Amino acid sequence: MFLHGARNETLWPLMGPPTVWALHFAAVYGWAAVACAKATPDDSMFLAARWGIGALTVVALAMIAYAGYRAWQIWGFGRFDPPHAAGTETDRRRFLGFATLLLAGLSAVSVIFVGLPALFIAECTW
Amino acid sequence: MGSSIGKRRLARRAAAVFPAVLATGCTGPQSALDPAGREAETVAHLFWVMTIGGAVIWVAVLALAVYAGGLKRQPVSEAFAFRLIVWCGAAIPTVILAALLVYGLYLMPELRPWTREAAAEPGLKGHVTGEQFWWRVRYDLPEGAVESANEILVPVGRPVHLTLTSPDVIHSFWVPALAGKMDLIPGRTNRITFTATKPGVYRGVCAEFCGESHALMALTVRAVEPEEHARLIAAEARPAAVTAGAGLDLFIAKGCAACHTIRGTPAAGTVGPDLTHVGSRPTLAAATLPNDQAARERFLRHPDAVKPGIRMPAYDMLPPAEIETLARFLGDLT
Repeated sequence: MFLHGARNETLWPLMGPPTVWALHFAAVYGWAAVACAKATPDDSMFLAARWGIGALTVVALAMIAYAGYRAWQIWGFGRFDPPHAAGTETDRRRFLGFATLLLAGLSAVSVIFVGLPALFIAECTW
Repeated sequence: MGSSIGKRRLARRAAAVFPAVLATGCTGPQSALDPAGREAETVAHLFWVMTIGGAVIWVAVLALAVYAGGLKRQPVSEAFAFRLIVWCGAAIPTVILAALLVYGLYLMPELRPWTREAAAEPGLKGHVTGEQFWWRVRYDLPEGAVESANEILVPVGRPVHLTLTSPDVIHSFWVPALAGKMDLIPGRTNRITFTATKPGVYRGVCAEFCGESHALMALTVRAVEPEEHARLIAAEARPAAVTAGAGLDLFIAKGCAACHTIRGTPAAGTVGPDLTHVGSRPTLAAATLPNDQAARERFLRHPDAVKPGIRMPAYDMLPPAEIETLARFLGDLT
């Protein structure tokens, strides 16, 4: 999904980082809800969820970083200025690379924001 | 001419009075900006951080707009515009939002300090039920449960833990000077913890629309020093001060006892507020009326005129002498 086509440009890589964000979001919300619904007095479920959410966040960030790096590469590491509006294959590739890079940045920030509460909230009872 | 001078004088007077009105609006027994509890202090602090931060950003954006629109005549370079968008449009907002998120999450244990250590050692435990349109209050003391209504006595400097629920609709428990809000939800038990830091009488309200008299569903929280609190709670736990006489006979004969309890007497109804010590409460009808003879008589005659939608029937068919006797009896229940 993260790989840009060698010649014929495809839109799929553009959706990579937001897809990771969406999956991370659903997994974190689902895990926290289940862990709190089944909370035990020793809190092992919730503790597992906190560590699990931390691990998921790291994995998601790694995937987004990889996608972002690939996009940066396709864009040309910033050597060419936007808007890449010409009707050529080169410009299409650069435009998609640049757009994917911006989406990777947004997705990374969102994944961090979604994962942060697990760092601070120590109990389910709120 | 005269009227224009009058207007000017009025405007000057308004200009002098207005800030004073604004300022007094921020203090008093029901203000989150005049905190008297640990949790409320946190909320007030958060409010000031947000307000001042927002004001600074607002002034900066306006200054930039004035500069760009009026002072600077030459267009800026494209590179500068790009940098402006990247920094002011993306980087700085992200950093500010991240900082606010971390700050808000960091405050959570402060705002909801229901930790195990605190729960093990509360200064007072209680249970509050929000009902249309009053508050059923139960103190869970080591000696047993004591029921009261529309007034909570809390010790200064000790954490107070309340469990909250509702038998009818959703209400919300909010004593702005002491803590944030917490909903009372049918079929669910919520919890709130707060610690009063200053002795005083604070006003709480229902903060979730619950029916016709929602705005008249208030309560009083009296924060007193722990020794005084122990004394007041012991008094609250005692049976009623008056357990015989014409007032009580009327109370039973006219059916009041079907809904109200007066401990130490045969009156043991549980539909309405416990009236064992109603005379000692500062207010009547969930902090709606002052607790004096005239207000008690008025409430007995036309409770629905005081609180629309109330379940208590009107007793205006009783002769004035009986209403007076009943109201005096209730006042004597200190």
